[in-house]
Amino acid sequence: MASAQSNRLAKGGLIDRNAPLSFTFDGKAMIGYAGDTLASALVANGVTLVGRSFKYHRPRGILTAGPEEPNALVELRSGARREANTKATTAELYDGLDALSQNRWPSLGFDVMSVNSLLSPIFVAGFYYKTFMWPAKFWEKLYEPAIRRAAGLGRTSGIADPDHYEKAWAHCDVLVVGSGPAGLAAALAAGRTGARVILAEEDRLAGGRLNSDGGEIDGMPAGEWLAGALAELEALPNVRIMTRTAVFGVYDGGTYGALERVNDHLPVPPVHQPRQRLWRIVAKRCVVAAGAIERPIVFSGNDRPGVMMASAVRTYVERFAAAPGKRLALFTNNDDGWKTVEAAHRAGIEIAAVIDSRKDLSQHHRALAQSGGFAVHNGVVVDVKGGKTGVSGVEIALANGGSAQIAADVLAMSGGWNPSVGLSSHHRGRPKWREDIAAFVPEGAPAGMLSAGAANGDFSLSACLRTGHEAGLAAASDLGFKGRAGKAPAASDEAISISPLWHVEGRKKGFVDFQHDVTASDIALAQREGFESVEHLKRYTTLGMATDQGKNSNVTGLAIMSELTRRSIPQTGTTIYRPPHVPVAIGAFAGHHRDENFHSVRLTPSHHWAAERGAVFVDTGLWKRAQWYPIAGENDWLTSVNREVLTVRNGVGFCDVSTLGKIDVMGKDAGAFLDRVYINAFASLAVGKARYGLMLREDGIVMDDGTTSRLAEDHYFLTTTTAKAGPVMQYLEFCRQVLWPELDVQLTSCTDQWAQFSIAGPKTRDLLREIVDPAEDLSNEGFPFMGVREVRLRGGMFARLFRISFSGEMAFEISVPARYGDAMARNLMKAGEPFGVVPYGTEALGVMRIEKGHIAGAELNGTTTADDLGLGKMMSKKKDFVGRVMAGREALTAPDRQVVVGLKPVDKARRLRSGAHIIPKGAAVGPDTDQGYVTSVCHSPMLGQWIGLGLVERGRERIGEIVRAHDPLRGEDYYVEICNPVFYDPEGGRQRG
Amino acid sequence: MRIACPFCGERENGEFTYLGDAKPKRPAMVAIDGGAGAPGEAEAFYDYVYLRDNFAGEMSEYWYHGGGCRSWLVIERNTLTHDIKSVRAAPGAGAAKAGAK
Repeated sequence: MASAQSNRLAKGGLIDRNAPLSFTFDGKAMIGYAGDTLASALVANGVTLVGRSFKYHRPRGILTAGPEEPNALVELRSGARREANTKATTAELYDGLDALSQNRWPSLGFDVMSVNSLLSPIFVAGFYYKTFMWPAKFWEKLYEPAIRRAAGLGRTSGIADPDHYEKAWAHCDVLVVGSGPAGLAAALAAGRTGARVILAEEDRLAGGRLNSDGGEIDGMPAGEWLAGALAELEALPNVRIMTRTAVFGVYDGGTYGALERVNDHLPVPPVHQPRQRLWRIVAKRCVVAAGAIERPIVFSGNDRPGVMMASAVRTYVERFAAAPGKRLALFTNNDDGWKTVEAAHRAGIEIAAVIDSRKDLSQHHRALAQSGGFAVHNGVVVDVKGGKTGVSGVEIALANGGSAQIAADVLAMSGGWNPSVGLSSHHRGRPKWREDIAAFVPEGAPAGMLSAGAANGDFSLSACLRTGHEAGLAAASDLGFKGRAGKAPAASDEAISISPLWHVEGRKKGFVDFQHDVTASDIALAQREGFESVEHLKRYTTLGMATDQGKNSNVTGLAIMSELTRRSIPQTGTTIYRPPHVPVAIGAFAGHHRDENFHSVRLTPSHHWAAERGAVFVDTGLWKRAQWYPIAGENDWLTSVNREVLTVRNGVGFCDVSTLGKIDVMGKDAGAFLDRVYINAFASLAVGKARYGLMLREDGIVMDDGTTSRLAEDHYFLTTTTAKAGPVMQYLEFCRQVLWPELDVQLTSCTDQWAQFSIAGPKTRDLLREIVDPAEDLSNEGFPFMGVREVRLRGGMFARLFRISFSGEMAFEISVPARYGDAMARNLMKAGEPFGVVPYGTEALGVMRIEKGHIAGAELNGTTTADDLGLGKMMSKKKDFVGRVMAGREALTAPDRQVVVGLKPVDKARRLRSGAHIIPKGAAVGPDTDQGYVTSVCHSPMLGQWIGLGLVERGRERIGEIVRAHDPLRGEDYYVEICNPVFYDPEGGRQRG
Repeated sequence: MRIACPFCGERENGEFTYLGDAKPKRPAMVAIDGGAGAPGEAEAFYDYVYLRDNFAGEMSEYWYHGGGCRSWLVIERNTLTHDIKSVRAAPGAGAAKAGAK
């Protein structure tokens, strides 16, 4: 049954009483109104107990009405959308909302773990370090799981998030953070000059404290002025108002991170809409008008449900027409707290008493007490009476030495205000202490940032309006905007006086950090044990390390430390502020980059054709490549791969090799350029010829290899491995632009422009003759090995033909513009039908290259030299090249280096595995006897056994030696024979045939 | 961080790739005949390849605008504050250098 909104005030508030919304809290059905937050609806329904604390499981109520809330954290929604640690104070109410309290078992009212409160002497500061030190092995198995069960906050759903998140950029001249009086004045001033302005507001409504505190601006009620200001801003085309958008971080170059909660106020986001949007806002100037956060006073029982920040009481009463209690007492050390008494009095809430720690009472407050008929006590609260669901009264120690008891069901407290210095300190600015307002204000703000209003320590309404206007105008005129900004909005000034009071000594626990259960005595303990520095204090007590990041506790904590150490507050200092200022879901940072969209996918020109044929694809970098093409009746990959290899070796097959990096190298000095980057000569390469080339890094290690052809006097076509296409391009650009700008050479990446197929096998020419114009001579004389030429195809199209072979077979590579790749694949299949052509994938490609002893990525692994790969003789002795000098280093030319050899198990039935270590026969296994490892393996259908390549110490001198392949990872140990890496057709006759 | 590319204007740093210290100069290519290089070249290359600065403060660094015009840039940047003092294109950067000899 729905409760009756027992604490809803009869009138007022920015809520829609015609739009009732039903919701549940811990399964209990209740009603609120549109415009409510979950917290305000709970207040309206008379709910005071909303959670249990982190360490002691103490009953807790709603403390604040904003994003700084430490207590009222709930699990919002259910199932996959369940979101832990959601602040009830910022969660907008919607129809059907369901929320659960956290950190209690079995129920909020009766919590087994509240026994921790009795054991509290154990749970003091540093208890993690002291209690669970010994024995070490107990930590992982016993202590940590137990602590995690007992402590901790909400539960995650454990299910993938069904909603999506997006990321966006925005650019502006002036970013205004916060839309309270200062932010509005700043946006108006800057907007009127013509500057592009973004006004970001975390709340659903613009207005900030105007929505809670009212007041009078330019002679009209604050609400009326606010409506006019918003209308003017909305009418300005150069101003954009972004509500539900929290600016959470300041990054380099005027980049600001902001989180827009697009649809958090709905049960489920509308179709095609994200739940949240992560903004990167690039702003030339920024005005931080993020307001201030009221701070608690530390006294016995200050965490009891029913003790609330004075400003929050005001917000619930004024903005939400929800009364946190029927009889209110106020404990304050400043004038601002008194506004709560005025608001509560206006709303008809009985005022029990005001306890003001200051001796002198202003005329205004004296009159207020008289008309309200309540007592004002000069003193402090020393204890709060009541039960787990609320306050029944307070005990006061009077300044004159006496004491008093007052009955009340809500205690509002105000210890003064802390300007929001988070954003202005994100670039390591250290806030400056201002004695007159007993608070830190921004200092050392990031370039281009100004703070205004309460965020800068100007707490009065008139000062907010004035400084906001000034900051907005300064930011715009600094950028050269000259339009008329008009006059600053005016309000009648209110003096705000404060006399610092941080901590009242008491018999019981007084809380500093409500969320992490850090008490004044924990701080004292930290001080006694030598953890006086604020950074030590923070880590030893965990002060400010909860999800609220100590927004309402850090300054109080360090103020207490400064009292204990008899240092001043500025001497004590603050910890470092880092983004994010508010918690941001990882999902928002990821945006759309999850699951299949985690990274972009590159498809080969024949991909769709291959997919139609049922090819199995493998990810190689961003590419999807056909791994093998199973046909009917084939159930395991090896059968398919063996068939593909045998068909190529005996007939003909083709493979899409478009993923190899392709770079056009053009210009008068193209040959000279390639001579410098390759170890072998290219300037001397004849037009119409291709050559295998090897590149070194400057340190003498092999970088990449590939076949490069000369298409014209001033035009080379360079290829790279698939994996290194990008890095080689970047490196060659470095050589061209930085190292040798004097060379006349240009580079163009054309990997995506060409579809290239390798056609291999003894029947390759038969197949090609069906494709290529009959006038083209494909004979060994007319098109010799390593020849390159543009040919006319049947039908008149042109293609590039390269007579190169990776498989060791008679082979050509044919290259057509990428858009013809699909057609070429279909053509090759159709034309090859009479010859039994098969498409082959990367597995068969790999098998054939291992059979031929060709190196690939596993051997080009960033540790091998040209000589290690058996290619040392390629290093030219007639010209200089990158890596030449360093390749000559002693260790890179040592005779005992591990070099590429072939390996085959002695037991022919045995499977060889990559990664196995090579140990001399008879030697014990150990790092000193480890002589190398297996790099690449395959099952060779030509040899009828598993074979592989490996890097083995002095391998080339040991052909025929039997060694151990030791594979502790798989628990295998067997003998292999070191052999020539070219297993198949070592004379190379087939590819030249 | 935002980098003002001389060709593309101010762009977000995700478009750029960092290489490192731009101070060391690569020893010049030399004429080789029969394998003999220049005297002292081993030491010169050791310096060039391995002795690079990476300190907290103002560095001169190579950056590559791979997500844009593919130009190599020399950027004077304070690695402590990320303030960028200057951005210059590498001598051979930019569009086709028609006049290169």
